[in-house]
Amino acid sequence: MKITFPHMGNLYIALKAVFEELGAEVIIPPKSNKETLELGTKYSPEGICIPFKLTLGNYIQSIEQGADTLFMWSGCDVCRIGYYQALHKDILKRLNYSIQLICVEPFKTIGEIYVFLQKLKTISADTSYLRLAAVFKKGVELIHKVDALDDLACRIRARAEEPHKVDEIYAAYEQNIMQSKGYQETNQVLERYRKKLSQIPCDSCKEIVKVGITGEIYTVVEPFINQDLIRRLGQMGVEVDCSVTASQFIREQIDFLPFISSEKGEVHRAAEPYLDREIGGHARHTIGNTVRFGEKNFDGVIHLMPFTCMPEIVAQSILPTIEREWELPVLKLVLDEMTGEAGILTRVEAFIDLLKRRRSE
Amino acid sequence: MAVKIGIPRALLYYQYFPLWVTYFEALDAEVIISSETNKKILNEGISAAINEACLPIKLFHGHVMDLKDRVDVLFIPRITSVYQKEYICPKFCGLPEMIRHSIGGLPPVIDAEINFFESRRHIKDTIYEMGNYFTRDRKRMIRAFQQAKERYQNYCRQLQKGKIPSLELPFHMYREPINQKQLPKRILIMGHPYNLYDPYLNMDMFSILTARGIQILTPEMVKRNEINRFMKSYKTKFYWTFANKMIGTMLYHIERGEIDGVIYISTFGCGVDSVVADIVEKTMREETSIPFLLITLDEHRGEAGVYTRVEAFIDMLEWGRKDENHISTHGQSVHSSQGCF
Repeated sequence: MKITFPHMGNLYIALKAVFEELGAEVIIPPKSNKETLELGTKYSPEGICIPFKLTLGNYIQSIEQGADTLFMWSGCDVCRIGYYQALHKDILKRLNYSIQLICVEPFKTIGEIYVFLQKLKTISADTSYLRLAAVFKKGVELIHKVDALDDLACRIRARAEEPHKVDEIYAAYEQNIMQSKGYQETNQVLERYRKKLSQIPCDSCKEIVKVGITGEIYTVVEPFINQDLIRRLGQMGVEVDCSVTASQFIREQIDFLPFISSEKGEVHRAAEPYLDREIGGHARHTIGNTVRFGEKNFDGVIHLMPFTCMPEIVAQSILPTIEREWELPVLKLVLDEMTGEAGILTRVEAFIDLLKRRRSE
Repeated sequence: MAVKIGIPRALLYYQYFPLWVTYFEALDAEVIISSETNKKILNEGISAAINEACLPIKLFHGHVMDLKDRVDVLFIPRITSVYQKEYICPKFCGLPEMIRHSIGGLPPVIDAEINFFESRRHIKDTIYEMGNYFTRDRKRMIRAFQQAKERYQNYCRQLQKGKIPSLELPFHMYREPINQKQLPKRILIMGHPYNLYDPYLNMDMFSILTARGIQILTPEMVKRNEINRFMKSYKTKFYWTFANKMIGTMLYHIERGEIDGVIYISTFGCGVDSVVADIVEKTMREETSIPFLLITLDEHRGEAGVYTRVEAFIDMLEWGRKDENHISTHGQSVHSSQGCF
């Protein structure tokens, strides 16, 4: 069995380790690139959102590298994310790819976690449920560690005397991850590079601009679609806080378990005066997190969303009120396959200039 | 003096207006409906709403602008779900918020939530929440609702028989064949009710078609139990009411085989249509030989472009009739009778 999955930021690191633990051969799709987007756009419905197009591109590229089993997520939401797997399945069938699909649904109860483990069992039939549960737990741990490392890189990059050092170490880390196998090795690599990153000399007197990022999760965590925004902000000496990350998302799913806590309650409290219910996607989080950035005295917020994203459109129409009430500048970036690098960069640079000037006044 | 309640003539107004209007009138409110969509409403909507919103949502903003200074209270229901385990669209769930944060100087808003996702058990609470502004008498609200429901069901029956709200003609005019010798072409028009029944938005599509003697069928003419029959065994389970309705309608008509063409009216940036229109188009093209036309509308309103495409579509259907048995011999054009080569 050669298993593959779509990219979503650095989630591949944990998924790869989990499947390797289960004894499957893993094919990681090439990092999302121009060709991925072109393939995805070519076969997708015209008006659908960009995460759909990119993940379809990931699937096609993996299948061409020999993958025969696809691991994809689905679920029921008000927005179109729940139709992804049905549409993907149809398109792949139309392209005459014969492939086995494993669709996982969100796991918000013990029962749903059990269904998830059952699906993992189809990957390796002779693994006991006890061991599957252990692997699942390790996977969640890895997702946290990967996000913690990214967070550290964000902080150091903004303050480092030589910011390019961070990128060099980060590139080496990514290379090493690809060569490692299973939980143990991945964990060691993560630990090693965490140490390396924290040893980079920092300028403690440097004045740091703090920017929060909110929006739809895929556009926040996937550097290809947001034009590597987080790294670029770091190089401008900006410390970035990504409110929606894979680890946060998973914690919120499983926070009914006694030993897991998430910030969901906090986010909902902050969002309440503006939006007091789930309307699908990450709209409620966008609102709640923007308010929380205001409470924490951030200099500004960047809101990312895919073009035509329904929940984020609602969030976007509420943001100007928060901007006014909290005196918090918000830059909105709408991303799709037409998004040009220079256009985004110019706007981001101008925004950061504005924040710096605002601070000095 | 009666309280003036304003209902924007947009979105699901076209589906539910008999229900809403009768209910509020039975509670002695004066119901004021915004003007029919026009250029001013469209432009005000475009400037009030955020850029990314779809055309129907922008029009809703425009209709609210039209009403807000001449009513005491606005009716902007939060229509989350009208059938069990089915949603409408995320923008409908957040509609009251979108309006409040985009338009200033609003009168009080009745934004009761209609949510039957789990069950219809709480329908009474919704009825009370909507009526509270006008009376404290709950029995009266229930009576008003019963009356409204009757009117609404009557309206649905008429739609099912073939009435098209935006057309002035008595509906047998476009239901019955005009020329007894020749059966008219039947075209199924698909799309959200607010795309179909707002003649300004769709550039009076129905009139163009009826003027050419086309018989029109709409998704409202297919019974819900027929739709459920088809959707129960469909390969994908849909949690959007609209998706079930469109795809069910399509499957129903494919099975009956009585339509000559399909026109799907969609709007640019509609998330629901990005999935549904694509499925309908692919199914129509791959599994049938029925001609299919997708028209995507936006605020730029290229009327000439739309008319040209619709007229060409009708021409094609009619030539098909004339030349159906005209098998081309070598060197001759199939459509020689048109002399177009």
